[in-house]
Amino acid sequence: MRDAVARAITEAARTRDDVILVVADISPAAALKTFLDENPTRIVDVGVSEQAMIGMAAGLAMTGLRPFAYTIAPFALYRPLEQIRVDLAYQDLPVVVIGVGGGLSYSALGATHHTMEDVAIAGAIPNMTVIAPCDPLETQAAVTESFDLTGPAYLRLGKSGEPDLTADATEPFALGRIRQVRAGSGTALVGYGPILELGLRAADEASEHGVIPSVYSAHTVKPLDLERVDTILSTYERVVVLEEHVHRGGLGMQVQARANEIGSTATVVSLHLGDVFLHTYGSKDDLLEAHGLTLESVTDALLGTR
Amino acid sequence: MGVDMQVPVDGDRARARCRSHRRRILEVSQKVDALHVAPAFSCLELVDAVLNYCVDQPVGGADAFILSKGHGAMAHYVVLEDLGVLDPAHVNRISQSGSTVGGHPDRGIPGIIASTGSLGHGLPLALGIARGKREHSTPGTVFVVMSDGELMEGSVWEALLLGPSLGITNVTVIIDHNGSISRGDIMKVQPNLIPVAPKLQAFGWDTREIDGHDSAAIVEALRSGSGSAPLAIVARTTKGKGVSYMENQPIWAYRSPSPEEYKLALSELVDPEDSHA
Repeated sequence: MRDAVARAITEAARTRDDVILVVADISPAAALKTFLDENPTRIVDVGVSEQAMIGMAAGLAMTGLRPFAYTIAPFALYRPLEQIRVDLAYQDLPVVVIGVGGGLSYSALGATHHTMEDVAIAGAIPNMTVIAPCDPLETQAAVTESFDLTGPAYLRLGKSGEPDLTADATEPFALGRIRQVRAGSGTALVGYGPILELGLRAADEASEHGVIPSVYSAHTVKPLDLERVDTILSTYERVVVLEEHVHRGGLGMQVQARANEIGSTATVVSLHLGDVFLHTYGSKDDLLEAHGLTLESVTDALLGTR
Repeated sequence: MGVDMQVPVDGDRARARCRSHRRRILEVSQKVDALHVAPAFSCLELVDAVLNYCVDQPVGGADAFILSKGHGAMAHYVVLEDLGVLDPAHVNRISQSGSTVGGHPDRGIPGIIASTGSLGHGLPLALGIARGKREHSTPGTVFVVMSDGELMEGSVWEALLLGPSLGITNVTVIIDHNGSISRGDIMKVQPNLIPVAPKLQAFGWDTREIDGHDSAAIVEALRSGSGSAPLAIVARTTKGKGVSYMENQPIWAYRSPSPEEYKLALSELVDPEDSHA
């Protein structure tokens, strides 16, 4: 996803003259080298100064540029949160804050490097758009469509090596719209971010047991496509929401709330991270497992055996 | 520096204008509650000097102005009003029900480009605007007025360190150095903040120290930039300047004067020719 975002920004800068990167001491992905070769002045490295990164991005946007502020997710969002709230959101400036390594991506580095509650926090701020693509293809599309936004956005990415999940998706990507990735019936899985890969594998498993779920990518978590949520809630008997994020303020809670609001009879199951800081390390799968998210548990949720 | 940089400063005129600004702020303080009167009086000459003598236009020109100490908003509003940018009807109804002009600057108010009020935001914004000008190949300086208490915010030091490192020279920061914060004397709370100027100098800023209520001195300092480094002006000021009972009294950061106090304050802000009459 790191490479995809770099490619998308590089491509955008070929047809637009307003693209600028503001980074906080992060070695740009190899793919950014092309961007730097083609736009040598269009990067500001502020060093280890995330508040200045956001403040400067806001100032750059005031001059008509379209800044992307880019660093590791917790430092992109949490450290300069007040700058994001005041400089970007209150002033409604079109800056995309890119958090790379969102969720538990940096599984070996501990909770200082995790974002488990970023979607809730960013999403609670007025004027913010929150986008969490599930794969490199969605990342690229999200960057391209982000230029249509008139206000700020938080783009939550994984890190690198994520597979493309949506090459054969049944519906195209459109910012602000939940898209169907795979068609099924009776049961739906709705998720966002790279954990959708686990969801798709679980859907494969479930299919072998006679349940063929539809799979949806809710990449734009805010504003949430409530119209599509309503359709999903009225189309399927069972809706499983899967997210690499805590429950409070996450997608699962919002879908459950919506189900209540419209009196949906669908069974909504929310699969999410626990309300806990882990002090264990390992692979991302290890950490997801510690939070109870495994192929087995997601498959069970789809089959209704859990 | 703006194209009008050579406009000479008539000290008497500037003093009369600032007295008039102070009277106007006091007048508004009798119509609405809880104005930050003293913080506005502290930075009044600074804001007046930047907008009258240093920017090419008060708003929308090549130069830009950010009042980072948003609690000095009344100073900015009355100067904008005097320059014909802000409608007096708005100023008369600050923070009242239905008003769109409030206690802190808000981007979108005529003449206001940045929403401030939370401290430590103005300077990073200014660096961004200045850096953006470089990309657009447009001229202009970004002027920022900050409070000295604001220097306790970490974001300010990120920006102070970063500006010269990025080679940004078209930002001028003016510190309204009145020596006090909400709870009183900075020397009692953060004595190591003082002296301020050597710290700014050490961070790569071309630094001056001046009397922050002397308009001619302010403008001279603002025009003295070398062009090879961003300029930082430490302006010694007095919170509540111009009204004896308000000077350096923390309570006047929040309180509006009573009708009697208002009368007393006005008597200290009479123009010399009027007092002779």
